[in-house]
Amino acid sequence: MDLAFILIQLLNGLQYGLLLFLVSSGLTLVFGIMGIINLAHGSFYMVGAYLAWSLASMTGNLATAIAIAIPLTVVLGMALEKLLFRQLYTRDHLYQVLLTYGLILVFEELRSIIWGDDVHGVAVPALLNASIPLTENLSYPVYRLAISGVCLLLALALYLLIQKTRLGMMIRAGASNRDMVQSLGIDIKLIYTLVFAMGVALAAFAGMINAPLSSVTPNMGSHVLIICFVVVVIGGIGSVKGAMAASLMIGLAETFGQVLVPDFAGMIVYVLMAVVLVWRPEGLFGRK
Amino acid sequence: MSQNDKDVFARRGFLKGTAAIAGATAVGTLLPSTVMAQQTKLKIGLMLPYTGTFAQLGVAITNGFKLAIDERGGKLAGREIEFVTVDDESNPAKAPENVNKLVQRDKVDVVIGTVHSGVVMGMAKVLKESGTLWINPNGGAGAMTGAMCAPNFFRTSFSNWQTTHALGKVLKAKGHKTAVFITWKYAAGEEMMEGFKEGFEKEGGKLVKELYTPFPQVEFQALLTEIASIKPDAVVAFFAGGGAAKFLKDYQAAGLKGKIPLYGSGFLTDGVLDAVGDAGEGVETTLHYADGLDTKKDKAFRLAYAKTFKLQPDVYAVQGYDAGQLLAAGLDAVKGNVADKAGVIKGMEAAKIDSPRGQWTLSKAHNPVQDMYLRKVVGKENKTMGVAWKALADPARGCKA
Repeated sequence: MDLAFILIQLLNGLQYGLLLFLVSSGLTLVFGIMGIINLAHGSFYMVGAYLAWSLASMTGNLATAIAIAIPLTVVLGMALEKLLFRQLYTRDHLYQVLLTYGLILVFEELRSIIWGDDVHGVAVPALLNASIPLTENLSYPVYRLAISGVCLLLALALYLLIQKTRLGMMIRAGASNRDMVQSLGIDIKLIYTLVFAMGVALAAFAGMINAPLSSVTPNMGSHVLIICFVVVVIGGIGSVKGAMAASLMIGLAETFGQVLVPDFAGMIVYVLMAVVLVWRPEGLFGRK
Repeated sequence: MSQNDKDVFARRGFLKGTAAIAGATAVGTLLPSTVMAQQTKLKIGLMLPYTGTFAQLGVAITNGFKLAIDERGGKLAGREIEFVTVDDESNPAKAPENVNKLVQRDKVDVVIGTVHSGVVMGMAKVLKESGTLWINPNGGAGAMTGAMCAPNFFRTSFSNWQTTHALGKVLKAKGHKTAVFITWKYAAGEEMMEGFKEGFEKEGGKLVKELYTPFPQVEFQALLTEIASIKPDAVVAFFAGGGAAKFLKDYQAAGLKGKIPLYGSGFLTDGVLDAVGDAGEGVETTLHYADGLDTKKDKAFRLAYAKTFKLQPDVYAVQGYDAGQLLAAGLDAVKGNVADKAGVIKGMEAAKIDSPRGQWTLSKAHNPVQDMYLRKVVGKENKTMGVAWKALADPARGCKA
C-alpha cells in the first residue's frame, strides 16, 4: 500500500468517524445529559430514514423531505417525553431499559405495518451526485464529503449551544442538580422535554441524511445502537467533545483494522473501548 | 367431525359403518396403525421466519409450499394436511426450543425450515436425534448436507458452496486472471468464498485477496479503497438484503463500477434492484434461478403464484414450491403411509423434480444437483444469460451417511 492509499484510508476513517458522531450525537445528549438509557435511539434513527425515504419519494426532493420530517420528529420526541419518559426520571435505570426496549419492538412493528419489510434506497440529491477522482480507478463521492461537513457544523452548533448559551447553562445545571435548578425558578420540565426532543430529532436527522448512503432497511436501528453506546462510553458521559474524539478514534480504528488485521476487525472497537475504560474509567472527557 | 373427515370416510366405503357407530377416536384404537395413519391428517410443521429481517422470505417459502399442495387438490398422496406453524425469528439461540415444539409437542410427521443458516444448524442437532423427516427450503449451511448429513435430512435450495462455484468458469471465459472476493465474515460468506476459490483456481485463476467485513456491518469504504489499490481483473461479492443494496451503491459511488467488473453470488442482486437505481446494472451473478427462463413450467408457476398470492414469485418461492413437490414424491411412493419412513426417503431420493428452475435430482447427501444460471442485471431483472454449470453437485465433504 503506497502513501496515496494510506492517505485515502485516513480520509475514509475520518469520514466514517464523523458519520458515527452524527449518529451518536442524539444519544450523547439524552444519555449523557439527561441520564436516560435510551435503547430506542436506533429506532429513532430508523424512523428518520424511513421518513426521508417516504417523503422523498412523495416530494421528489430529499431536502424538502428533511425539512418536513424534522418538525415531525421533534413533536414525536416531545410527546414521548411527556407521556412516557417523564414518569421515569426518579426511578431506577432498569425501568428506562425496559421502557426503551419495549419502544424498539413497538417502532419495529409500526414500521412493518406502515412501510412494510422491503429494502429501499434513497437517491443522492442531484446537486451532490458526483464523485471526485482520486486515483486512476478510485473516486470519492461528493455526498460523503458533504455529510462530513454537516457533521462538523452540527458538532460546533451542539458545543456552542451547551457550553455558551443560557439554555445550555440551564441544561448543564439541570444535569448536575435537578431540584436546585427547579427551586431557582427555572422550568426544568420544559427543558428536559426540549432536550429529549432534540435528541430524537438528531437521531432521526442522522437517519435522514444517511439514507442515501446506507439503504433503508428493517432493523437498521439496532445495528447503529451498539456503536452509539460505545462512542458515548469511550467519549465520557455528557461530553460532546468526548463523543467527537471517540467517534474519530473508532472510525480510524475500524478502517485501518479492516485493512491491516482483517481477522480481528470485528472486535477492534471493543478492544479499544476496554483499553480506554481501564485507563480512564470515566471516559476520555468524562467528569470524575 | 369436520366436513373433510366425512369425505375421507365416504371414499373408504368399508369403514363407513364402524365410523358412524364408533366415531373417529374409537376407530383409531380399533384399527391397525397403517389404516389409521391414512385417516388422520398428515402433520406438517413449518418452522420459518415470519417476523424480522427474513420475514418476507418465510412468507414466500410458505406460499410456494402451499401452492404445490393446492395443485394436488390440497392433499398429498390422498391425505389431508394439517399445518403447525412456528416463527423461528431467525434466532439461532431459540432454534432447538422451536424445533422441539414441533417434534415433541406437536409430533409432526415432517418439518419444513428454514431461512437462516445458523437456525438450520440448531435444527440439525435436534432432528438428527429425533429422526424426523426434514426438508430445508433455503438455509445453505454446507454442514447440513456435509459433516452433519443424515438420511432424514433433505434440502431443496442450494449449498452456499454451489452459489459461487460456477463463477470460476465464468471469470475464466471472460479472460479474468485475478480476482478479489469480498463478503461478511461469517459462515455463509466464508463457504461462498471457498466455493468460488476452488472453482476459480481449478481454471487457473488466482484469488489474490479475501476481504472480510464483520457481519452485519455495511461500511465498505476501507475495503473498496483496498480493492482500488490491488487492481484485480474482477471482484466477486456476496452480501444480501440491505447490505447488498449498500454494497452495490458504494461500489458505483467509489468509481469502481465500469473499471473493475463485479460478479457475485445471485443473492447480491436478488430482491434489491428496486433499491439501488442503476448501481446494479450489468452485474453478473450465478444462482439456481433467474428471470426470463421462459420454460413452460416456469411460466405456469409464475402465473399461478401471481394469481393466488397477488405477488411476484422469487427464488425463495421456488424453493418452497419444490419442498412441496419433493414431499409429494416421497409420500406418493408409500401411498401416504408416512410411518414407512424408509419408503418416503427412498421415494424422495428417486424423485426427479420438475421445478420452475429446471429439472433437478438429489445428490447422495440429499442436496439438489442443479443447473447454475449465469444472470445479468438488466433494468430491474436478473436476466438469464444461459447455464453457467450444468448439473452442479455439492461435494458434500464429510458426509458419511
